Amino acid sequence: MPTSPHVAAVAVEKSYRKGEHKIPVLRGVDIQVHRSEFVSIVGASGSGKSTLMHLLGLLDVPDVGEVTLGGQRIDDLPTRSRDELRNRVFGFIFQFYHLLPELNLLENVLSPLMIRYSTWQYWKHRREMQDKAKHLIERVGLSHRLTHKPRELSGGEMQRAAIARALISDPEILLADEPTGNLDARTGREILDVLKQLNEQNDLTIIMVTHDERIAQQADRVVRLDEGRLEAFRDLELAGPHSGESLRLGEKLRVG
Amino acid sequence: MYKLLLCQRYLRTRYIALASIISVTLGVATMIVVNSVMAGFSTQMKERIHGILADVVCESVNLDGHPNPEELMARIRAVAGDNIEAMSPTVEVYGMLSFKYLGQWITRPIQLIGIDPESKAQVGTLVDNLENYQEVRDDDGKFVRAAARKRGEVPNWELIDEHMEYRRRRAEQQRIFDDTMMDSAHEVPLEEPAVNPHNPPPEEEAEINPAKTAKALQVLQAGAEQTVTAELPKPEVAAEAVTDAAHHDELVQGAEAGVNPFDQPGVPVTEAPVVAADPAALNPARVYLGAGLFRFPYKDADGKVRMVNMVLPGDDVTISTVNAGRPPKAVHFPATVVDVFKSGMSEYDSNLVFMNLAQLQEYRVMVDPSTGERSITTIQIRLKDFSKSKEVVEQLRAAFPPGHFTVRTWEQKQGPLLAAVSVETAILNVLLFLIIAVAGFGILAIFFMIVVEKTRDIGILKALGAHASGVMAIFLSYGLGLGIVGAGAGVVLGLLFVWRINDIEALLTKVTGIEVFDERIYYFPSIPTHVDVSMVIWVAVGAVFIAVLASILPARRASMLHPVQALRYE
Ligand SMILES: Nc1ncnc2c1ncn2[C@@H]1O[C@H](COP(=O)(O)OP(=O)(O)O)[C@@H](O)[C@H]1O
Ligand SMILES: [Mg+2]
Repeated sequence: MPTSPHVAAVAVEKSYRKGEHKIPVLRGVDIQVHRSEFVSIVGASGSGKSTLMHLLGLLDVPDVGEVTLGGQRIDDLPTRSRDELRNRVFGFIFQFYHLLPELNLLENVLSPLMIRYSTWQYWKHRREMQDKAKHLIERVGLSHRLTHKPRELSGGEMQRAAIARALISDPEILLADEPTGNLDARTGREILDVLKQLNEQNDLTIIMVTHDERIAQQADRVVRLDEGRLEAFRDLELAGPHSGESLRLGEKLRVG
Repeated sequence: MYKLLLCQRYLRTRYIALASIISVTLGVATMIVVNSVMAGFSTQMKERIHGILADVVCESVNLDGHPNPEELMARIRAVAGDNIEAMSPTVEVYGMLSFKYLGQWITRPIQLIGIDPESKAQVGTLVDNLENYQEVRDDDGKFVRAAARKRGEVPNWELIDEHMEYRRRRAEQQRIFDDTMMDSAHEVPLEEPAVNPHNPPPEEEAEINPAKTAKALQVLQAGAEQTVTAELPKPEVAAEAVTDAAHHDELVQGAEAGVNPFDQPGVPVTEAPVVAADPAALNPARVYLGAGLFRFPYKDADGKVRMVNMVLPGDDVTISTVNAGRPPKAVHFPATVVDVFKSGMSEYDSNLVFMNLAQLQEYRVMVDPSTGERSITTIQIRLKDFSKSKEVVEQLRAAFPPGHFTVRTWEQKQGPLLAAVSVETAILNVLLFLIIAVAGFGILAIFFMIVVEKTRDIGILKALGAHASGVMAIFLSYGLGLGIVGAGAGVVLGLLFVWRINDIEALLTKVTGIEVFDERIYYFPSIPTHVDVSMVIWVAVGAVFIAVLASILPARRASMLHPVQALRYE
């Protein structure tokens, strides 16, 4: 195992303020995710899974504790740098797809690049970028939907578009917050297959939140968030990533 | 890149925002139309005033005038000769105009200006304002005949042939009436030629005449035909002055004796016993009468508006004023109307009466009996270059000690009017700009709405790595885009409106049946407009600026949205 985790949260605490009351959501969470690892986070609704994802993906800052990327602390960076990291290092997939309704599929997939580059740079390299986007769209099987607006797509198609969008900026880490939560079982499995493929073929580090344990078990490692703390739901660290074994081993749960 | 794309998409899909921009469009269009029409009016008005007033006027403080205009003009030339193009000495005095209309005497206050038409035409646009120099059109605007005098001709005090003809027939009619209707000798002639400004043919007159004057009519017609056919010898002007002098002296002296000639029906000119030589002979006093003094619009039975003339060129009127004696006394004298003065400025048209300078000086006793020196009250000056006017005024003020003359440019003389117009324009602009500002608040409200509606998308953009400044830029450029679209549409709409304003006016008149822009009130044949390019640019830029200003707050709010909150927003 590599000595420094790819992305990690160290003793992270987060609470939301509701008027006078402070509602603690995360009460000291530690998680270390290694390069090319596929980790699922399970937990009851409202247990703070999304909150943790947001902290890892720099969409929010922890009250206490720190978030590291390749051993470097990143949660205290200035907003500009954090924006930059979100754009280049992290890819996000959400339960509700979160595509931009005014843009068509191709434009949605291209949007992280549009955000990254100035108009001039984008215009200069638009051919390469478009080719890349089309390639990714082909890979998620939506080539026939290039100019469709999100509202003209099904849930599964939208989620696949969201995956293509997350991949266009060549991220190191994919953060998927209940990617199958809104889809029927079969579509959900399809999406999961895509993620697994990415994890195996592209060495992508994936952190996935789900409350479907069957889906969670497809990951290399499952952790459970409960009462603001993280506990190993099943630890297959020994088996290592990418091993077909890990899936079968998944049946014998070691509840921690 | 995404900023432009999203901004463009928002522009294309958020029609509600276009609704907010309509008020900007209308505001911009209104401002352009109002400013163009106001500018049109004021340029036209300035042109007209300028034409009447001459560039610089040097006015005697004393109503009795100043003797020796030649010496005066020489002094002016010595001081500012390089800048002076032409000068015209005039006598300006207040007076009364009286004439008889439908059996009743009408008296109106006037400003009497004694001019020498030749020099006056050089300092201003006199020729442009005299009706004999204009084409004749009937009440429907149809061409009747070409101008009686050519523009190159120097204005003089003679009647044109057509009016002379009219005057002869009038005199003839008068004679016949006097002969045949002794019992009603002091009544007005029956066929008051009020409605028709031109000489009606005798047959038409016949229709107007009541039956009881049938006999008179026959004689009259015969007489009229006679005057047409018979070549009357044209009286020499000098001879005429001599023959009439006795009669007019009577009149003037009558005034001095405190006798009002109007109390005696026999005395006023139109009914005065005709002096032997020629009943149609002109009075020595000749006038150009301001159109507004004797002409008024009248709605006939068909609902058609016609101009009614109470006096026609060739008729006589009576003028009263004060002389320059010690103490000043009233003088009355008859004057023949030789032309009509119409400038389009009602203030002038219903006030000014131009008269032959020499005769006015005589009547006002402004001629020194021993030296023959004639006094004047005003010298009108035309400059080679009007931009030098301030300089010239300074020079002349320095040259003439205060207390004798006031020297002013026409702008200074009309200062209050011009100031009123510019204040009016300024206030209108402020009010109209407030309309656009109100539109700005509409944009503000709608933008806030759009930001709320787009909260989740803003969260997505931030999750994808967009900076706060980028999100702000989307909404600012959205505001800018809307402003440009709104202002652009407003400019186009406004310019189209200005371009077709007279067609629009005609259409409105047709639809509503009310004359929206009555030429007879405004004296303009069509609504004058003047599009000032810099004004259009300023209005458009102002509107765009307001749109951007109104989008700042919503854009700031959008940029400050917390990405997580935004993403959770449903
Ligand atoms: N912006 C917020 N303000 C107040 N409470 C919040 C906010 N975001 C999340 N919470 C609360 O934090 C808890 C965890 O939310 P979340 O991380 O979305 O849970 P999960 O994704 O596991 O369902 C919930 O109880 C939720 O009500
Ligand atoms: Mg959640």
